[in-house]
Amino acid sequence: MSGFTVPEIAWGPMVPVMVVLLTAVVGVLVEAFVPAAHRRTVQLTLTLAALAGSLVAVAALWSDTERTGGTDVLGGSLVVDGPTLVLQATIALLALLSTLVVADRVTGGEDAFAPAAAAVPGSDYEELARSRGLRQTEVFPLLLFATGGMMVFPATTDLLTLFVALEVLSLPLYLLSGMARRRRLLSQEASMKYFLLGAFVSAIMLFGIGLLYGYSGSLRFSDIAAATATPNGMEGLLVVGALMLLAGLFFKVGAVPFHMWTPDVYQGAPTPVTGFMAACTKVAAFGALLRVVYGMLPGMAWDLDVVLWVVAILTMVVGTVAALVQTDVKRLLAYSSIAHAGFVLTGVIALNDAGLTAVLFYLLAYSAATVGAFGLVSLVREQGTGEDGSPTLLGEATRLPQWAGLGRSHPVVAVTFTLFLLSFAGIPLTAGFVGKFAVFSAAVDGGAWQLALVGVLASAAAAFFYVRIVVLMFFTSPHDTADEAPTSTTVTAVAVDGPAPDGEDGTVAATSGVAVATAAPERATTTVAAGEGLTVVAVAVCAALTVLLGVAPSPVLDAIASVAALLP
Amino acid sequence: MHTLISLTAPAVVPAVEPVVAADWPGADAAVLLVALPLLSAAVLLLLGRRSDRWGHWLGVLASAGSFVVGVVLLLGMLGLPAEQRVHDVHLGTWLDAGALSIDAGLRVDPLSLTFVLLVTFVGTLIHVYSVAYMEHDAARRRFFAYLNLFVAAMLLLVLADSYVLLFVGWEGVGLASYLLIGFWNHHTPYAVAAKKAFVANRVGDVGLLVAMGLMFATFGSLDFSTVHANVAQASESTLTLIGIALLVAACGKSAQFPLQSWLGDAMAGPTPVSALIHAATMVTAGVYLIVRSGVIYAGAPTAQLVVAIIGAITLLFGAVVGCAKDDIKKALAASTMSQIGYMVLAAGLGPIGYAFAIFHLVTHGFFKAGMFLGAGSVMHGMDDQVDMRRFGGLGRYMKITYFTFMAGWLAILGIPPFAGFFSKDKIIEAAFVPVDGQPWRAWVFGTIALLGAGITAFYMSRLFFMTFEGKKRWSETRDGHEQHPHESPALMWVPMAVLAVGSVALGWVLQAVGFVTWLEPSVGHAEHEEPVLGVPVLIGLTLIAVALGLALAWRRYAVSTVPVAPPVGTVLTRAARVDLYQDAVNDAVLVEPGQYLTRSLVYGDKAVVDGAVTGLARLTVGTGDLVRRAQNGFARSYAAVMVVGVVVLAVVVLAVRG
Repeated sequence: MSGFTVPEIAWGPMVPVMVVLLTAVVGVLVEAFVPAAHRRTVQLTLTLAALAGSLVAVAALWSDTERTGGTDVLGGSLVVDGPTLVLQATIALLALLSTLVVADRVTGGEDAFAPAAAAVPGSDYEELARSRGLRQTEVFPLLLFATGGMMVFPATTDLLTLFVALEVLSLPLYLLSGMARRRRLLSQEASMKYFLLGAFVSAIMLFGIGLLYGYSGSLRFSDIAAATATPNGMEGLLVVGALMLLAGLFFKVGAVPFHMWTPDVYQGAPTPVTGFMAACTKVAAFGALLRVVYGMLPGMAWDLDVVLWVVAILTMVVGTVAALVQTDVKRLLAYSSIAHAGFVLTGVIALNDAGLTAVLFYLLAYSAATVGAFGLVSLVREQGTGEDGSPTLLGEATRLPQWAGLGRSHPVVAVTFTLFLLSFAGIPLTAGFVGKFAVFSAAVDGGAWQLALVGVLASAAAAFFYVRIVVLMFFTSPHDTADEAPTSTTVTAVAVDGPAPDGEDGTVAATSGVAVATAAPERATTTVAAGEGLTVVAVAVCAALTVLLGVAPSPVLDAIASVAALLP
Repeated sequence: MHTLISLTAPAVVPAVEPVVAADWPGADAAVLLVALPLLSAAVLLLLGRRSDRWGHWLGVLASAGSFVVGVVLLLGMLGLPAEQRVHDVHLGTWLDAGALSIDAGLRVDPLSLTFVLLVTFVGTLIHVYSVAYMEHDAARRRFFAYLNLFVAAMLLLVLADSYVLLFVGWEGVGLASYLLIGFWNHHTPYAVAAKKAFVANRVGDVGLLVAMGLMFATFGSLDFSTVHANVAQASESTLTLIGIALLVAACGKSAQFPLQSWLGDAMAGPTPVSALIHAATMVTAGVYLIVRSGVIYAGAPTAQLVVAIIGAITLLFGAVVGCAKDDIKKALAASTMSQIGYMVLAAGLGPIGYAFAIFHLVTHGFFKAGMFLGAGSVMHGMDDQVDMRRFGGLGRYMKITYFTFMAGWLAILGIPPFAGFFSKDKIIEAAFVPVDGQPWRAWVFGTIALLGAGITAFYMSRLFFMTFEGKKRWSETRDGHEQHPHESPALMWVPMAVLAVGSVALGWVLQAVGFVTWLEPSVGHAEHEEPVLGVPVLIGLTLIAVALGLALAWRRYAVSTVPVAPPVGTVLTRAARVDLYQDAVNDAVLVEPGQYLTRSLVYGDKAVVDGAVTGLARLTVGTGDLVRRAQNGFARSYAAVMVVGVVVLAVVVLAVRG
């Protein structure tokens, strides 16, 4: 039996990840030892500091990495090279912005999370927790754990670490998804679904890892890549194993046919968490996918290309087509994120340096717009009349008709949201355009022009539903679309359990939002919550990024291109 | 590329694209030229009412700041030897993806610097003038924001180092002019005029786009250095096409035949706008484009000939229209058209004329701006009356306006030693130079230019006499308002006086300091050639023509009584009053067939395209519904889909392998 050799650990390059994970641990201790009154302040400060510190650490590692090409940490389980740093910086930055949205509170100090997530919805205990003003400050350490996992995920070149990172990033997300303050049943349903399907796909992936190990005798990407070069008659294992591994990654990026969880979870989860998930998870998962496709499977490109092609085309088409018929903003953005996964896949398939750069840029552009868009969604609220006749803020107004006329009543919000939509649609002078241009031209360079063609057509069709929202906001008066608006849900909504299909009006009210008819107003008007300004800051940064990356993308593109080489 | 010499005039050295010299860090300051007014416009528009109190002064300051930067650049450039005076300032790469690389950069050379100084100097004076002129307008701040935007766009246009960036400025100028011409858009006709200018400019823009497309296809690049360096590789027919397309663009912007119709209507804007459009910005852009693309025309003699023909037609056209207009601003507009015609004619003569075209452009910028500001001053004193038949004898009431206007008038007539004499006479001389040994051209173009000078003398004198001389034809009251002409405030007359000084002395000064030589690094050196008639003879003939026109106008409009109601007039007069039926021609040739075409297209669109689109949309939505139905909310069926997905993909992969 060979002795265990202690691997050489280069601590320096691990600092970005370590900062985040250690702070998360400290955050758990804070929950235990800091008095409740100060917990939120401490947690928020810690979280922001950790993420900012992580960004600084990435910046400090940058020039070294640019010179040397990267470092092998933990004996190959972790690789800190250019793409890793770019992805870690993107994740840390977007997590930082998401934290701001997560932390924001509207009037009355009410945040997006349930006062007591473990309480049965509608129970007396929950009501008690609400009236006592309890707060769930555990969201911050959970967020940090997830971020830590995401930062490891694209950095690993080892299947086992890959799996562990996947679980580290997923478990907190399952929890966070179930913690919405309003529409709690929908939220818990989303959490449950996400967990079940996530566990299911983890099993598939683990099976795939097993097959790959069985074929190659190693968990290291480079060893498996080397093994693919020498046929030994067991290629069936290899192909099926790779396919199952890819299935796990496809699940995380939300590619068809592994996308079904996306709309339900995105809709049910608290909106700030949705923004975080939609942006950072996707970045991390695509990072891992890049490393797997570029680092482990190039020898099998011939076999697996067909899989990638089929999945990419299906993802673009299904995401776009399904988004066309949505009537709920969060579901629509969920489908649009599926379509975007397809666009990024075209860049992955290109399998060249340009593709690598393009994907990294696209992820940055897409996630900036995503965090901003979901941040705005979290601010657009229903407004009802309280018992004393004063206007009170209710839940989010996510049904599309409720957004009609927003351009007139809240022009700044509407214009900013339009900016994000235009970026999603890929209109020139926004970051989305440059990203799309980059991935499609990389795909054409890589010989996948048919894929680029499908992508261009899909983005043309996708522009339709983005523009539809713009038209709705600016050129439709709220009365034109006044429908049999279901009464808004009160805080203690008792809900009928059941699945959340894309129902005709796609609303939550139809499935789980049946209000206990107390003093629910006849029809809620749409308004924009002020918040404490944290969301506004985050949205402003996202908007600035979207414009900046659209108008002057060259510095960022150049910076990414200068380090866009994966270490084996 | 030196083989091109034989394509044009044997004795003429074409505008050789000089080596772009390197070290002159000062050139980077050129960015400020565009940035200052742009920033000011942004501030004024973003701050809104908050900047109402000081906004106009910020506008003046931004324009003046650009001028100072321009002067600094000029001093820097004068310190360099002539062959190092062309500089490209690289601003950055907007997009670099494979074959498509879009750079942004500025070209600082004598040509662009000349424009910069003209635009910023005259522009600043017009800004100052507007402070007083627009004093009672509630939206004065917005007006200054647009003025700044106009100046910034024009500066970007002339400073761009590629056709792409030039196009950005080109569109910016179009946009700013649209905003300014329609500034008083609560009057429907004014809004219509703005729209007309916009549409005519769009037609020109198509020309520029076509030219850019051709250039990109031929040279694979759109920056001046690459295009101009590779002209020799292109065939003559390609160059001719590019040249014609560029000419179409120039016609739109510079109001040349047959796209001239918007210029007269563009008088709807506030008078300072007209001054800015006519003197410093906008209409000069076309001349700039042609001169800047001189290398292309050097390889396309046919296109060059067309340029000269268009210039000759426009110069006569404008002059004839100018004779019949009773509206003081429209008469001035017609004269602009005609004078720009001179410049285009000069530009169409090849390298020999480029420098003179720019020379005339500069002097014209001064005296035309002066006269427009003078017209504004007259309107200011006469309660916005523009009908010259209702003026008369105003010289006695507004002395300063009278004398400053007189300076501009003598300059445009070309009376020595006023500015116009030096520049216009050179163009007439150049027009009399035979090209390619073909004397017929010299005679045709020369005679037209000479004739134009005579007509110009007539209608400009008519304008001057009807306004300032003769008996007064206005009453003390008009529409219930009291009407008593008075001199304008100092903020208005000081800019006019400065411009008048330019109108008097600028021609002589520029001649003395060797303006033509100064431009050589940009437009190339042209050997002096003898016109078909001796130079003294030509000067004599020109002066005789001018004197005839002047005398005729004096007899009819200063000595004899001008009727208040316009007489019926001859056929030609009546035609000229309606701009030689250009609107009718436009309607018959373009608008009506266009409308017919549109109607048929709408029908076809409804029947065929809409059908297809609706069908496609139905199909898509149907598919979407199908997907939605699959999204039934049950975790078990989601899991099933994933399993089926994996299995199907595995089967596909294995099938492809097998």
